[in-house]
Amino acid sequence: MLKDILEIQSKRAWVLTLLLASIMVIVIPILNVVVPEDSVLHIPEYLIPLLGKFLCYALVALAMDLIWGYTGILSLGHGVFFALGGYAMGMHLMRVMAGEGVYRSELPDFMVFLDWKELPWYWYGFDHFWFTLLMIVLIPGLFAFIFGFFAFRSRIKGVYFSIITQAMTYALMLLFFRNETGFGGNNGLTDFKHILGFSLHEPSTKLGLYITTAIVLLLSYILCRYIVYSKLGRVLTAIRDAESRVMFSGYNPLHYKLFVWTLSAILCGIAGALYVPQVGIINPSEMQPANSIEMAIWVAVGGRGTLVGALLGAGLVNGAKSWFTVAYPDLWLYFLGAIFIATTLFLPKGVVGITNLFNKKIKNGGK
Amino acid sequence: MSSLAPESTTQSPKEIHASRRNLLHVEDITVSFDGFKALNNLTLYINEGILHCIIGPNGAGKTTLLDIITGKTKPDKGSVFFGNDIELTKLSEHEISQVGIGRKFQKPTVFENHTLFENLELALNSKKDVWHSLFVKLTSEQRDRVEEVLDIIGLSDKINEQAGLLSHGQKQWLEIGMLLVQEPKLLLLDEPVAGMTPQEIENSITLLNSLAGKHTVVVVEHDMEFVRSIAERVTVLHEGSVLAEGSMDEVQNNPKVIEVYLGE
Repeated sequence: MLKDILEIQSKRAWVLTLLLASIMVIVIPILNVVVPEDSVLHIPEYLIPLLGKFLCYALVALAMDLIWGYTGILSLGHGVFFALGGYAMGMHLMRVMAGEGVYRSELPDFMVFLDWKELPWYWYGFDHFWFTLLMIVLIPGLFAFIFGFFAFRSRIKGVYFSIITQAMTYALMLLFFRNETGFGGNNGLTDFKHILGFSLHEPSTKLGLYITTAIVLLLSYILCRYIVYSKLGRVLTAIRDAESRVMFSGYNPLHYKLFVWTLSAILCGIAGALYVPQVGIINPSEMQPANSIEMAIWVAVGGRGTLVGALLGAGLVNGAKSWFTVAYPDLWLYFLGAIFIATTLFLPKGVVGITNLFNKKIKNGGK
Repeated sequence: MSSLAPESTTQSPKEIHASRRNLLHVEDITVSFDGFKALNNLTLYINEGILHCIIGPNGAGKTTLLDIITGKTKPDKGSVFFGNDIELTKLSEHEISQVGIGRKFQKPTVFENHTLFENLELALNSKKDVWHSLFVKLTSEQRDRVEEVLDIIGLSDKINEQAGLLSHGQKQWLEIGMLLVQEPKLLLLDEPVAGMTPQEIENSITLLNSLAGKHTVVVVEHDMEFVRSIAERVTVLHEGSVLAEGSMDEVQNNPKVIEVYLGE
């Protein structure tokens, strides 16, 4: 079993993976907690949730790469799955703080504000953590499965599929904006107090969430790497390159697409659920069409169909975004557009394409 | 219309083959696209174990016929039976492939980003469901089979090369190789020598002749010389119906065929 898992990538790749993982899980927490605050190596407290947020985005990028990079299906609606996972977690956090809100009511504040007398049925169960975990997986997964079933069965492909996913995320955003829907309208869910008994304002809780995110990302990476290494991964790439040949080789592409589409949505939902307690809010703006497009840009910039490129792209673009939106807030969208155009024109294989080019040059004796 | 029905003289070879079992029964198939009848009450039988060529001018409905057999297009009316009890028009493409029909496309269609080995691995006759694909490992028999077929199609030395780097003719062979590892009862080849050099055509003739007998092979082709050197039986299509059927000599001497296709 262990030997099978070790086979999924080269020795060098494993060394690199474990090195990065230990930096994320061990070194950064040490730099945050142990290293004194006046040291240059000290990582300030405010950076921990920011890094955690980046790791959530990296997980989204992995999920995008599985469906777009490997299977050739460009989803411009992954923001929905992210938000659904996030809302599930948000509902749990609202429920466990019952009685601690502004109105000291058993109901979440926004329901009191709307003069609701009792909890809607779809909020039942979210006071339990295990039920919430189940829903984080089940809601995005089931929604993706149903949506995917009808889209793939009708053989909707290419740009048509992308447009439908944009419409999907827009429609759900409008639905969640309504107060009557019961998810807090345009304010969404916020002012969370604690998770599993730990205060969300404590630095140690923030660090714990960050470490959890890093571990989930590592495990998800290994899962994705296993999938693309397996025969299933080769079938996915084959679907991307010549779907008719896949069909005439006896495979039903519907099943394969549904599998990877649903898995991708579930990973996105998990990312959303990890994102919400670290950022402290979930609202319908997460479902803006532009958000989902940005997710695709992360993967395009990093390099499609490599997994590593997706992780890298999410880090680079979001790192740039954090800096830009502080330094030149008006210019960020222009810059984002510019890097997208630049990668499309000059780096069709993304940033990881550069290293491959470099390796090839070495192989060819520097020619 | 009746003048286009097969002539009685061309029926005699059919009697010779009557003792053999029909593998494919295409009966009364009509397909129209926006009112244009691509196939018009077409009836055709393919004997088991034979190398059968289908020829005809452009637009005669050759590729549409293959689309019907492989489930890519559904007919307006008519039936296609594989053996005695499998109704192909009710199945989808991958199910048709699983019952034992392999198809080569007009434009070579292989997995360009996979190696030759992986191309054949994916085509291998094995379980094709998602869970199986997630955990399966190749057995040594399967590995041997892939290598054996690579040898048959003459591409053993390129086993770990990407299929996208092959020449046009080599891609055609790889695609045929992918059909062979599927171990189909019926092979449908749409213009297998299009774009090949004379030497490559020569090799293809040897390859196809070695397949006949073990498999039933249907070839759709333009190249008359090629058809002459492989076909045991020829069907001429014209405007969506069968114009004539028989051996190559009979077909070539058929006055109607000469009129619409071969002659001026």
